[in-house]
Amino acid sequence: MSAAKGSYYLPEPSPWPVITSVGVFVLALGFILFMNSISAGSWLMIGGAAIIVILSAKWFGQVIGESEAGTFNDQVDMSFRMGMGWFIFSEVMFFAAFFGALFYVRQLAVPWLAENELLWPGYEGGWPTAGPKGAEVIAADSQPGPNQFSPMGAWGIPALNTLILLTSGFTVTMAHWGLKKDNRGQLVVWLFLTIALGITFLAFQAYEYSHAYTQMGLTLGTGVYGATFFMLTGFHGFHVTMGTIMLIVIWLRSIKGHFTPKHHFGFEGVAWYWHFVDVVWLGLFVFVYWLV
Amino acid sequence: MSAHDSHPTGLSRWLFTTNHKDIGTLYLWFSFTMFLVGGAMAMIIRAELWQPGLQLVEPHFFNQMTTVHALVMVFGAVMPAFTGLANWQLPLMIGAPDMALPRLNNWSFWLLPFAATLLVLSLFMPGGGPAAGWTLYPPLTVQGGMGMDFTILAVHILGMSSILGSINIIATILNMRAPGMTLMKMPLFVWTWLITAFLLLASIPVLAGAVTMLLTDRHFGTHFFDAAGGGDPVMFQHIFWFFGHPEVYILVLPAFGVFSQIIPTFARKPLFGYTSMVFATATIAFLSFIVWAHHMYTVGMPMAGELFFMYSTMLIAVPTGVKIFNWMATMWRGSMTFETPMLYAIAGVFLFAVGGVTGLMLSITPADFQYHDTYFVVAHFHYTIFAGSVLALMGAAYYWIPKWTGHMYNETLGKTHFWLTMIGFNLTFFPQHFLGLAGMPRRIPDYALQFTEFNQWSSVGAFILGAAQLLWLYILIKTVKGGEKATDKVWEGAEGLEWTVPSPAPYHTFSTPPQVR
Repeated sequence: MSAAKGSYYLPEPSPWPVITSVGVFVLALGFILFMNSISAGSWLMIGGAAIIVILSAKWFGQVIGESEAGTFNDQVDMSFRMGMGWFIFSEVMFFAAFFGALFYVRQLAVPWLAENELLWPGYEGGWPTAGPKGAEVIAADSQPGPNQFSPMGAWGIPALNTLILLTSGFTVTMAHWGLKKDNRGQLVVWLFLTIALGITFLAFQAYEYSHAYTQMGLTLGTGVYGATFFMLTGFHGFHVTMGTIMLIVIWLRSIKGHFTPKHHFGFEGVAWYWHFVDVVWLGLFVFVYWLV
Repeated sequence: MSAHDSHPTGLSRWLFTTNHKDIGTLYLWFSFTMFLVGGAMAMIIRAELWQPGLQLVEPHFFNQMTTVHALVMVFGAVMPAFTGLANWQLPLMIGAPDMALPRLNNWSFWLLPFAATLLVLSLFMPGGGPAAGWTLYPPLTVQGGMGMDFTILAVHILGMSSILGSINIIATILNMRAPGMTLMKMPLFVWTWLITAFLLLASIPVLAGAVTMLLTDRHFGTHFFDAAGGGDPVMFQHIFWFFGHPEVYILVLPAFGVFSQIIPTFARKPLFGYTSMVFATATIAFLSFIVWAHHMYTVGMPMAGELFFMYSTMLIAVPTGVKIFNWMATMWRGSMTFETPMLYAIAGVFLFAVGGVTGLMLSITPADFQYHDTYFVVAHFHYTIFAGSVLALMGAAYYWIPKWTGHMYNETLGKTHFWLTMIGFNLTFFPQHFLGLAGMPRRIPDYALQFTEFNQWSSVGAFILGAAQLLWLYILIKTVKGGEKATDKVWEGAEGLEWTVPSPAPYHTFSTPPQVR
């Protein structure tokens, strides 16, 4: 922990953060208008997102440049590591809110609704359920009629996706190993495989979603089962998307010859994030898909 | 690093700065502005409650005022004010050249004004701003107009700011301490902020999840909080208060840190029971995660839940009591003087204890069935948040402003501000205990005739309290502009690294880390 003697890198004043804040504001305002069917909303969203994307490129680009110029000593490196670690912790707590909601409805809210014979007599509860006024649940893999839905089974695409993500955890570790041995070829190839697995995961999930909407009667509006299913897997999918973009960035950097066996926080930060996404998926697979 | 004091001037200095002192100043002025905005809303509330019946504002607007007053004060005034103190003081107190992640620091701040803009804009939307109380309970919040969406997105961005700020604070404290500054040598303000930052990282994302569910229930057809779809509105309360209870300690732990800095200085004795203070703080933080449902005793929980949350809540009195007794023991037989910061610290400890005792009353489940949603609760949490957090902030401002500006504030004016605040505060909130016990509900623009007298006392107090803060603004500006030159040490009994640098503190301090023994 001890501070290096006067060599901690203090960046010059930077325009990126405040402009990024403008982007966040425009994106948020656009999203609000969009949700309320005001046509300017989607244009504002595109504008705000564009500001954020461009500024992220500028900001990260500057930090990468500084890193490659050898500006960061070990203490700065440790600040980055702590920053990423605690950021991932906050992400874990974000998912915890949705997992908490899932456990609460399954263990408490739905059984209480079923027990209560005054509110909705005849409602039997159970899981999956779309609630007393929602669509009726039928067996997995059977064809739903009107106002029916079938729940998502665990042993098709979800199991395959579990295998894919676990494998990608292995491939990213192989890439890390290559980096530590200073074997650039191993680093680049295994990173590429990791990215390919990430994209495959996302493609499978997109197929799964479209199948749910078109064939299974399962949508975001399918009561509390649909809500927890799509919000949990959807936010996870969003994080996989971000993780894949991050992987692509470090892959391109690896090709350009960035990172050394001793100095590669950028790589490790992304790898941590990727493992985090992996672990969340295991929770999803068990509690959302499997134990129904 | 470039160890020179040059920096851009004018607006670009403040927009682009990566300097912890500049960013601290921005946070402090932003929070002061929000304090006045939220205060103005409180004045509207108290003016309407001057008499029974409806006179000044529409009931719907009144509800917006109570809601937005709370959101502005919690997220706009108190939290950013403590973050401002952290920015200024943490590097000075641990001997660091700056915060660990300076550009991120700038971003944490500059998200705030945009979030505050969204929050205030909500009031001008068709259907008005949020009016369901700051706790944003559905189903009311699933219904309202698009002002609610502005509020939700504002909460998201305020939360982002807090998360990024907390990451920076933890990295600074754990990674930037001067050689020899071991964890158990850190000033208590640093310790309380370390633990507060952890609380923020654990709880704010949960709030983000809760309001995201509100948003999807509003616009994307989910049924999280709708029993017809198998959801449960009570679930929102659980998720919200899982955030909400740590949040109240987020508001008050840094205040405990401030008390622990000020009291030893003016008692001219080291803090009594340093180690027990650290462990008490950590214990409070831990307990804050297992007491949340004491905010919802009347919602119809199983008996086992009511009992668990009652006992866990009562436990909090133990570590809090440790702190109060430690502060008293620090003052015991000290060579005390009563400059303005010390007055604030003593009053803060004393009045916070009043709020703590009413908290203990509220923790008793069967009794809470009587108190719930009455003015007793309003009185209780203003004794904790105003008397705990805001009095600490005022004390901290007087305590450290000589270091920030190089000028002493005017002691007479400072004491005048203190006594006006004391009279105003107690006159406003003490009678509210009686109103609540007599059954006056909170968040209501009208009331039964027998509550008139106490309400009038309360309104008079509120106007005094409000006016006193304009005096504070005057004192702050006057001290920034000039005043008696402050010495480096400022206070005779002051201990710590921040008092070893010149007053005002140079733009860059501790470029070479000091050696701490």
